[in-house]
Amino acid sequence: MSASNYATERETAEGKVFTVTGGDWDVVLSGTDPINDERIVVNMGPQHPSTHGVLRLVLELEGETVRELRSVVGYLHTGIEKNMEFRNWVQGSAFVTRMDYLAPLFNETAYSLAVEKLLGIEEQITERATTIRVLMMELNRISSHLVWVATTAMELGAINMMLYGFREREYVLEIFELITGLRMNHAYVRPGGVAQDVPDEAIAKIRDFLKLMPKKLAEYEKMLSGQPIWLERTQNVGVLDATGCLAMGVTGPVLRSAGLAWDLRKTMPYCGYETYEFDVPTHTDGDVWGRYLVRLAEIRESLKLVEQAVDRLRPGPVMVADRKIAWPAQLAIGVDGMGNSLEHVAKIMGQSMESLIHHFKLVTEGFRVPPGQVYVGIEAPRGELGVHAVSDGGTRPYRVHYREPSFVNLQALPAMAEGGLIADVIAGGASLDPVMGGCDR
Amino acid sequence: MSAPQDRTDDGGVPVPVTPAGATGGAPAELPPSSPAGRGMFGDQGTGDVSGYGGLVRPQRPIEAATRPYGGYFDEVTDALEEAYPAFGEAIEKVVVDRGELTLHIRPERIAEVCQVMRDDLSLRFELLSSVSGVDYLGADARRLHVVYQLTSMTYRRQVRLEAAVSAEDPHLPSVTSVYPTADWQEREAYDMFGIIFDGHPGLTRILMPDDWEGHPQRKDYPLGGVPVEYKGAEIPPPDRRRSYQ
Repeated sequence: MSASNYATERETAEGKVFTVTGGDWDVVLSGTDPINDERIVVNMGPQHPSTHGVLRLVLELEGETVRELRSVVGYLHTGIEKNMEFRNWVQGSAFVTRMDYLAPLFNETAYSLAVEKLLGIEEQITERATTIRVLMMELNRISSHLVWVATTAMELGAINMMLYGFREREYVLEIFELITGLRMNHAYVRPGGVAQDVPDEAIAKIRDFLKLMPKKLAEYEKMLSGQPIWLERTQNVGVLDATGCLAMGVTGPVLRSAGLAWDLRKTMPYCGYETYEFDVPTHTDGDVWGRYLVRLAEIRESLKLVEQAVDRLRPGPVMVADRKIAWPAQLAIGVDGMGNSLEHVAKIMGQSMESLIHHFKLVTEGFRVPPGQVYVGIEAPRGELGVHAVSDGGTRPYRVHYREPSFVNLQALPAMAEGGLIADVIAGGASLDPVMGGCDR
Repeated sequence: MSAPQDRTDDGGVPVPVTPAGATGGAPAELPPSSPAGRGMFGDQGTGDVSGYGGLVRPQRPIEAATRPYGGYFDEVTDALEEAYPAFGEAIEKVVVDRGELTLHIRPERIAEVCQVMRDDLSLRFELLSSVSGVDYLGADARRLHVVYQLTSMTYRRQVRLEAAVSAEDPHLPSVTSVYPTADWQEREAYDMFGIIFDGHPGLTRILMPDDWEGHPQRKDYPLGGVPVEYKGAEIPPPDRRRSYQ
């Protein structure tokens, strides 16, 4: 092999001169890039750490530009809706709480509101039970948004934010543990009220949390809001305007970040939200940055709501008075979690045969729900959480369908990501805040 | 399996037999499952213990509503009637129950009705909140129902549309051209109930694996499950336990 294979040579007065030409420089200069023109298909997930759970994204890339995106869901499908049809109405609470595991109290409350509407007992729900529901839901909204800011910041490179977000969320989970006995999957809000009363220690802890959280929020903002990398990664990224949101059925903070102040707590109030003082934060950019600002502002609004709910708590029953519906036992938290109070067990086992029969019938058989169907929508951290419940008059749900905001919102991901960079798929996807447990149910 | 009998025909003393599902060592042969999930304790009736006392609970039937429907329901129905010429033919029944309005629509008309519901200025149902299937097995021939929850953000109203198809011919038009958000939700209804939405851009399974057979949330699709032994007793799977209908 001679040198001429690499460069042409000619003799000059100064000696040999080689003219070096690059193999494909003319191709590059002519503007066609064979490598970048080639579309490659990349599978992201279902175990990719940036996809918020077991979500699989099939990306068709042109260089770093996403040309097509298809999301594949269903990896976490557990058949909760089908399973519920084989348990009684109260047992349903323990199933639905496992759907969207970051917002269990919303799942439970939406379900309970639907069952109560079917039973026609909305008016009988006690003031205290409703206030506790609001209190718990707003605490849950804070913890859910904290996980959002923690995981999204981590996915965009801010590992410290992840640690702080989970640290404060842990504080909320401790409050939940104090009240319900469990950090997650509480089955605390039940048809007819809530499982048990809020202990005084929990109120003290909530008050501490209300003092602590504004300081922490200021820290987050100090860390992220002015930071150039964070701004670069979020501003004008994953844009979806209000029209796009409505067409794709996107609700919640994503819709509000596009400028539409649609919040079911204000527009179609439930649980007495119309009597609370709070604002609906919005933004107009419709990008990841806007969603970040909206969510942080929503944490502040939720703190206001928690404070008002705590102030409103007056002693009273937390379950409907109707003994044909109310759970017969007072529940108590033991070392192994929540269970029937020892006092109640002593009564039914030692003193009152009728109480035992009543307990047995209501717990094993459950109450009957008149036939019909209802739809109840509430404002969950991710958007409209709807429950379509159908009864055939029996002791078990005939059909319960969850309109999961994670499931519906994920449809908008291609609209956000196609035409953008692959790195922005992560930011856009994270800003939808999908929880696959809820999405796949 | 033959049904266990604890009565003798000659009027003698009833001979107790081992209840199905309660045998000792070997896996019990389970009684045939049914939609009601009966089967424990060898009972061949409905399994409803209250029925042994002859108690019958009257069920309140859900009947078609008559005008006035109350609230904004009259306005919505009037506006739809005015904007949609085929109203009389398309609407099968109007039901007002528990403060909610349900319009039962002929399945082939559902996309047209959705279009009017979205576009008419006095209706303006901009958001399709939810699409879900329900299987009313045994109710009538058209057992598969599709339920659409529409929300009007302008007027803050909610209306439910319901269309029923039969399991043999489970076709109705897709509403994805009107509400793109119906895409995944219709796929879910197809996946779980086998309802086919004509005109859907890609009607494939979404939650179940692509090669799954059957439509799991139909009422005649079993829940599945295996009996569990706990402290010597065998607990049947949930769909074989006694239910109280």
